[in-house]
Amino acid sequence: MRIVVCIKQVPDTEELTKVKVNPVDNTIVREGIKNIINPFDENALEEALRIKEKNAASVTCISMGPPQAEDALRKALSMGVDEAILISDTCFAGSDTWATSYILSEAIKRLGDFDLIIAGKQAIDGDTAQVGPGIAEHLGIPQLTYVRKIEIKNGMIRAERALEDYFEVVEIKLPALITVTKEINEPRYPSLRNLLKAKKIKIPLWDNRFLNLAQDKIGLDGSPTRVIRTFTPGLPKKGEIIQGDIKEKADKIIEEIKKRNLLRWLQ
Amino acid sequence: MDFDLTEEQKMILELVDEVSEKEIEPLADEVAEKGEFPRGNIERLASLDLFGITIPKKYAGLEMDYLTWALVAERISRACATTGLIFGANLLCTFPLLNFGSEEQKSTFLPPLAKGTSLGAFALTEPEAGSDAGNVQTSAKKDADGYILNGNKIFITNGEVADIYIIIANLDRKRGARGLAAFILKKGTTGFSFGQHFRKMGLEALPNVELILKDCPVPENNLIGGEKKGFKIAMETFAAGRIGVGIGALGIAEAAFKKARDYSKERVQFGRTISSFQAVQHILADMATKIEASRQFLYKAAWLLDKGMPFEKYASMGKLYASETAMWVTTKAVQILGGYGYMKDYPVERYMREAKLFEIIEGTSEIQRGIIANLILKET
Repeated sequence: MRIVVCIKQVPDTEELTKVKVNPVDNTIVREGIKNIINPFDENALEEALRIKEKNAASVTCISMGPPQAEDALRKALSMGVDEAILISDTCFAGSDTWATSYILSEAIKRLGDFDLIIAGKQAIDGDTAQVGPGIAEHLGIPQLTYVRKIEIKNGMIRAERALEDYFEVVEIKLPALITVTKEINEPRYPSLRNLLKAKKIKIPLWDNRFLNLAQDKIGLDGSPTRVIRTFTPGLPKKGEIIQGDIKEKADKIIEEIKKRNLLRWLQ
Repeated sequence: MDFDLTEEQKMILELVDEVSEKEIEPLADEVAEKGEFPRGNIERLASLDLFGITIPKKYAGLEMDYLTWALVAERISRACATTGLIFGANLLCTFPLLNFGSEEQKSTFLPPLAKGTSLGAFALTEPEAGSDAGNVQTSAKKDADGYILNGNKIFITNGEVADIYIIIANLDRKRGARGLAAFILKKGTTGFSFGQHFRKMGLEALPNVELILKDCPVPENNLIGGEKKGFKIAMETFAAGRIGVGIGALGIAEAAFKKARDYSKERVQFGRTISSFQAVQHILADMATKIEASRQFLYKAAWLLDKGMPFEKYASMGKLYASETAMWVTTKAVQILGGYGYMKDYPVERYMREAKLFEIIEGTSEIQRGIIANLILKET
């Protein structure tokens, strides 16, 4: 069994206060910010490693990004993946979710046969949740998003999806793609032995000389999305303070709840 | 001279920092409160391969140096002194095996210790023997298959939870310290049992246990380094152990300093933060200075040990200075936090209780001064 895990390097949310948006090109200013593996992608890695431990699978981890995304791949290697590949080229820069998922799907095709692709449900920087599903579409394979539990049996994957108001249990045929939530597992820490071993591994770089993708399908040219403006939202409106004695306050609150139909989910 | 860390050390410390801050430190209050052996923490350290740092690769270790071990232990101790001491006490078992053990002993006992699947302990202390190591009453008698041990050990760190014990026993009482021998004793051996679990001022979750040896057979192969080598083995192990104990004290001092510093920047009295008062500033400055001095002593001792150079003087100086610094810093941290500092809701009162042990174990402050005096008076 072969599993491909797609990861993204993102700015550390614990340093979120330092993250700034460049007002000129609407991209995140990455200088001076510690980068980490997107937390949901760590869950994806962990799930792949757990499947590997149970079913003797091999795990390949890929990431598209600037050269420093190699650090994220090295961390994946230290967690125990068998192989890591960096997909990086200046001509990939500016790719939106459409172009990114196209490039990743083409890279996955070059890898050869696979049974399962796992990605995090979304990245904590862009929050689009589109790249995983995009890869599945480009590859023409079934996909399950927001997966919080899986079971693999006889070439099928049975997954529990965490949806807004309920859980859904679905079974699909492999090869397939899933995106996972935080609930699915607790990602492991690398051992020192693997950490030191991973330091020495040379991570292959796949650029566009290797992938040979048409210029109008990648980077800014291949991206139908245009970010018009990125901004920090203003502070929320001040709340309304309800005055009066306790009965008046309670009446007013009930009235507001009815008016805004706030209990509609309970029906 | 080079104070830079290697790339490998930096990587390791980044990981250990993350684990210590996210996984170990948040549990420290609970560990102390419950007073139960923190098995989860120890399994966590084992899963990271931390028990194998100083052990050669051929015995399933990472074959790194004692300085790296010290840097790691410092971070664990900063997060949870109990966990730090359990980690440190393990070294008292691996050190004599590595330095005095036979090839067979090393290949049998080191791999499980390196992997952390077995925990180690070292047992010398008895009711009548601690600082006066030569007064060990536990006896070893030669018989046809090896040796028979009889006696009681007290306060033994990692007692009962450890699987492999280094036991210091006397082959010849008449010869005092020169009659001592070191034996490897496995948990589960006939006649080997555990008595009292001692209740302590602090570090309630650290096992300090009585070992009872009653006609306990030890195969000849488990004698370390030959008969009458026990005193030398114990002294050298203690010298290395002092680096570990000093590092533990350093960790507590660092934790207390951080709490005091952060609190002083938030606490407002008379309309200003207390960190703006010179009286508080001077305490913080002294704390930071003493901590840094302790750190340099201990790193130097570890560095000398790694180079195979005499390290005993610096190990004693580091242990003495770091433990007295920890006591001083934690007491002052309680002072800076004032009434809150005295409350159980804040960890600084715990740090203060924990710090005291470090002035006692692995040679009291008085013994350290004796060792240092002895060594410097020999110098010309």
